[in-house]
Amino acid sequence: MTTLAARPEAIVGPPEEEHGPSGFLKWITSTDHKVIGKSYTITAFIFFLIAGCMAIVIRTQLASPDNHIVSQHVYNELFTMHGSVMMYLFAGPFAFGGLANFIVPLQIGAPDMAFPRLNAFSYWLYLGGGTIMLLGFVTTSGAADFGWVAYAPLSNSINTPGAGPDMWIIALVLTGFSAIFTGVNICATVFYLRAPGMTMFRMPIFTWNMLVTAILILIAFPVLTSALVMLWCDRHLGTHIFTVSGGGVPVLWQNLFWFFGHPEVYILALPYFGAVTDILAVFSRKPVFGYKGMVFATIAIASLSTSVWAHHMFTTGTVLLPFFSIMSYLIAVPTGIKFFNWIGTMWRGSITFNTPMLFAVGFLVVFLFGGVTGIFLASPPVDFAMHDTFFVVAHFHEVLFGTVVFGGFSALTYWYPKYTGRMLNETLGKISFWLMFIGFWVTFMPQYLLGEEGMPRRIAEYLPHGNWTVLNRISTAGAYLLFLSVFVMLINFVEAWRRPVPAGDNPWDAHTLEWATSSPPPHHNFYWIPPIRSERPVWDHNHPDHTTLPAPLAPEPALAATVATGDEGRDQ
Amino acid sequence: MKTEGTVLLFIAGFFALVAVIYWMWGGEQSGTAMLAGTALLGLLPGSYYFWWSRHMKPRPEDNPQARRADGAGVVGAFPSSSIWPFTLGVAAASVGLSLVFGFWTAIVGFVIAAMAVLGVIRESRRGGVV
Repeated sequence: MTTLAARPEAIVGPPEEEHGPSGFLKWITSTDHKVIGKSYTITAFIFFLIAGCMAIVIRTQLASPDNHIVSQHVYNELFTMHGSVMMYLFAGPFAFGGLANFIVPLQIGAPDMAFPRLNAFSYWLYLGGGTIMLLGFVTTSGAADFGWVAYAPLSNSINTPGAGPDMWIIALVLTGFSAIFTGVNICATVFYLRAPGMTMFRMPIFTWNMLVTAILILIAFPVLTSALVMLWCDRHLGTHIFTVSGGGVPVLWQNLFWFFGHPEVYILALPYFGAVTDILAVFSRKPVFGYKGMVFATIAIASLSTSVWAHHMFTTGTVLLPFFSIMSYLIAVPTGIKFFNWIGTMWRGSITFNTPMLFAVGFLVVFLFGGVTGIFLASPPVDFAMHDTFFVVAHFHEVLFGTVVFGGFSALTYWYPKYTGRMLNETLGKISFWLMFIGFWVTFMPQYLLGEEGMPRRIAEYLPHGNWTVLNRISTAGAYLLFLSVFVMLINFVEAWRRPVPAGDNPWDAHTLEWATSSPPPHHNFYWIPPIRSERPVWDHNHPDHTTLPAPLAPEPALAATVATGDEGRDQ
Repeated sequence: MKTEGTVLLFIAGFFALVAVIYWMWGGEQSGTAMLAGTALLGLLPGSYYFWWSRHMKPRPEDNPQARRADGAGVVGAFPSSSIWPFTLGVAAASVGLSLVFGFWTAIVGFVIAAMAVLGVIRESRRGGVV
């Protein structure tokens, strides 16, 4: 049914009751952003586990030279689907589908996303697309096996025929539309549903980053979707957009793909930058250092990231090397500002190393290494030497694992009490972190050395050469440690479900508006909102003696209850 | 609303500048077209928001001194549950699969999509119940 959401003025109660189905029917019919956010989070996490299992098979295959655990064809399918599932079905949807859906309306004091039914439709497009992509494995030709970048002409119907690659294309079109709709929804929500006093420059950094991410989605995903349509036309309608024989240009695919692909890296990274910024501030018990600098750095990173796509194509010989090299180097400046501000936020803070904080600090270290090796690769001479080697694989995983998994686990453990009303076990969380942190370096540092020794990526077998065998074995051992760390985190979720420890509304003494409501929040989110006079309204309310406000808060009169359930209101 | 418009207009200006530099330096067509398209993507909503920000009544969410009472009342109408997004998702997947397996799944998909669209319209007009 349609309900009218009213914004509360002061302390009122009781919270709005939710009228509607429960259980399975609730899952498929709910348009509540919290239910959809949880659905996205759980679905994306399942995709993460599936793609993680593929990674374990890949690393086991590479543990020894000339190994035959899987055939070369299956190996190609596995690394393609590992990349595709991680990039398209886990990393992005976990952030802009899961976290943003659940958290952004709460952080700005909104009752829901601006377009709830469009929001639900986005989720079903995503789930349908993801399922179709994985069903490629059960077709006779197998799943797509041309890499997650699907370079032409390898991805045409002659080189990779069959239903699996077509299902991959259709899946990406569906999930692409899902992302675009979510981007529109986030923009509209942030622009139109903020609470009184929640000016743009009082929004939490996470919400700012999600807004910039949403704009990046609107820039990047339509290009991918149109490129996929062109690819499908090449495969089935006899067009020659990407084939030389008919006058097409194969490198056009790379231009189109990377115009999506590089912003995509920041579509995946920026949400976690935002989450980590808020988390560092909470666990340092300080405001974010250089708030506006963080916002402008985010906008600068997003802008520059859309101007560097061809640094993935240096070795094609068809790109303007100095332009793309300079623009790539420039991204280091706003990223450096962010690092400076993250350290400034922690500087002389009263730091507590709870699980979310550990993962956040882990993110800082890991992403720094990934960023620095990115600067190496922005130099064309270095890139010529390292292109398509394991050096790039290591760099890529440090950037993305650092942000998406360390940042994602930090965000998940931080907001888990708000999602469920329950605390996670700190000991299990810390064990999971240390296993992951150690496992990460053991997995990926050897891959830098493998790259320097010239081991190409995307090969199923290799001969004993130099240190390749020992380095690959170390890397595989690290991958098993990573698997174990995720397993411990899963145990943590199960334990929290079996033996719930109530979290309370604000277990971390956090600053931002989502912590002003109950855990989990009621239908339409709030029955009480504190006055918003800074970017830390909950902190200002809870610690009136320790605020950074220039003047004491002017008292506001207590107001009568105004929450309407809506059933008695306009029914349209 | 002014900040929102400014952010979008910044995107327009930045990508227009990059498109010009890129075109004059390298003359590559596809990249220039995409950069110019991105500039337009910022320009269209950005100029609308900026224009609107100068003509609209100030909003409490843009006022740093706003009180909670300034924005109290009905924010909007939100559907609390609806089967039609799910139905439309099934329809989209069916139509998508028709591009792989043949036209018959598209027929099923379009029929379901038509039902879903009608359902959403009815729900919006009369207040739908699952």
